[in-house]
Amino acid sequence: MALLEIENLVVEFQTASGMFRAVDGVSLKVHEREVLAIVGESGSGKSVSMLAVMGLLPWTAKVTADKMTFNGRDLLDISDADRRKLIGKDIAMIFQEPVASLNPCFTVGFQIEEVLRVHMKLDKAARRARAIELFKAVGIPDPAERLGHYPHQMSGGQCQRVMIAIAIACNPKLLIADEPTTALDVTIQKQILDLLMGLQAEHGMGLIMITHNMGVVAETADRVVVQYKGRKMEEADVLSLFESPKSNYTKALLAALPDNATGDRLPTITELFVDERPAEASTAVKTPPLEAPL
Amino acid sequence: MSEPIVLEGRNIVRDYHIPGGMFSSARTVHAVKGVNFSVEKGKTLAIVGESGCGKSTLARIITLIDPATSGDLLIDGHKIDITKGGLTTEMRRKVQIVFQNPYGSLNPRQKIGDVLAEPLLINTNMPASERNERAMAMLKKVGLQEIHFNRYPHMFSGGQRQRIAIARALMLNPSLLVLDEPVSALDLSVQAQVLNLLADLQDEFQLTYVFISHDLSVVRYIADDVMVMYFGEAVEYGPRDEVFANPQHAYTKSLFAATPRATVDSIKARLARKKVAA
Repeated sequence: MALLEIENLVVEFQTASGMFRAVDGVSLKVHEREVLAIVGESGSGKSVSMLAVMGLLPWTAKVTADKMTFNGRDLLDISDADRRKLIGKDIAMIFQEPVASLNPCFTVGFQIEEVLRVHMKLDKAARRARAIELFKAVGIPDPAERLGHYPHQMSGGQCQRVMIAIAIACNPKLLIADEPTTALDVTIQKQILDLLMGLQAEHGMGLIMITHNMGVVAETADRVVVQYKGRKMEEADVLSLFESPKSNYTKALLAALPDNATGDRLPTITELFVDERPAEASTAVKTPPLEAPL
Repeated sequence: MSEPIVLEGRNIVRDYHIPGGMFSSARTVHAVKGVNFSVEKGKTLAIVGESGCGKSTLARIITLIDPATSGDLLIDGHKIDITKGGLTTEMRRKVQIVFQNPYGSLNPRQKIGDVLAEPLLINTNMPASERNERAMAMLKKVGLQEIHFNRYPHMFSGGQRQRIAIARALMLNPSLLVLDEPVSALDLSVQAQVLNLLADLQDEFQLTYVFISHDLSVVRYIADDVMVMYFGEAVEYGPRDEVFANPQHAYTKSLFAATPRATVDSIKARLARKKVAA
């Protein structure tokens, strides 16, 4: 049985110019021990669909789906209280900006122990022991002392490690990583990806990797979903996606990689891929349509 | 026949003195520790390194924003020292910069036409009609249209804003353009368009680029020469193909090893490793 199952997910936002459809009929499954990458450009709805799973969208969003279950539990009708018990414990998420997603007013130790207090009902000494253990697991040197530090005293890579420690604190079954390395240097990115993949293999988590970096996809994923403007363009295992992409959009995306450049100009996606959909579906974006879209 | 050298740096050093406070004593940070480089006309030098390695400090020195603590900076063969005698409009014209974040580098209250005309207003005695004419011409050159002239920055996408920032930098007809991570905030498809635009403009105006980036795949695509910086030192400097084929310094090697590769072979190798581990 799949860990997370989504069928025909639609997310719409109420805007001044009517409903804007950010996610348009996306279906996907994540199994245990599987790494699924969701790839797309900004505005492709990749983050929004995962926020819908987490129930973190603002009230202006309207979420509908034929099916959205986690471990057999329905996530559409779940009460807020039940959802709070699930989120952070069985499903955890890592956000893009590590420095911005930690609370600057509390020590990182407080923030990691908060999760343990709420979900695991551990006493004070056990919480501290577990926090030190987690910091060791994510490779933070001198963990006992580091617990007393505030986020601004740590580097971006260290903050992302703290975020990962918080996310895996309760041994989640599913970890959603939303662009976990976009804000980091390549060398740090490599360390964080290695860490995530190591933890994933060790704990047998399902991992959803949201990214726009094809290199990260190639280095981590088992299976890949490609999204464009709220729709799923293609789903394939990682090797066949890179070897023989089916959809024109994926082909265009791969051709635009500077790695694959052959001539002295890069092919651009607009040259290679024409959006054949009717315009009114999702181009009624927040900004007025511009005459020369990029 | 070799092209004339537009930019040359000889043993450039930059120290920052941090004054002591109540709890700390004064100290000196050596941001750039004696860097040498030279770029020929129409070529691109890429500077690579992680955050804090001094590459942006070097960009500020090249752009004549900050003076170097010691060392010589030569632009078009003339030695330039902005601590003595200040900066003339002629020097300012020659070097322009495009910043990383197109959302932060454009004034939200300024219309695009005014954004583009402002460098001319400050640095030349051109009448308003001619300024606007030139701004309009540049707008078209970077792939935007006349109707965009009277719009505000918030009405544009990230890629369009970066085009505007490039257009603004080109208004004074510079010979050297410093590009500080110009595509790292952009999506893959838009990144390709902006890189193509930069290549087109380089061909047309014989521009010299100093391209600062931490994305090695972009650097490999655009650069002629590559300089790798690590803790303020240039640990590797040479023609692109040489640096990529045969990196000498341990840091360069680790940088290459850390860069994710999106090739079928690398995926096959990874899946094979995973199978063995399982």
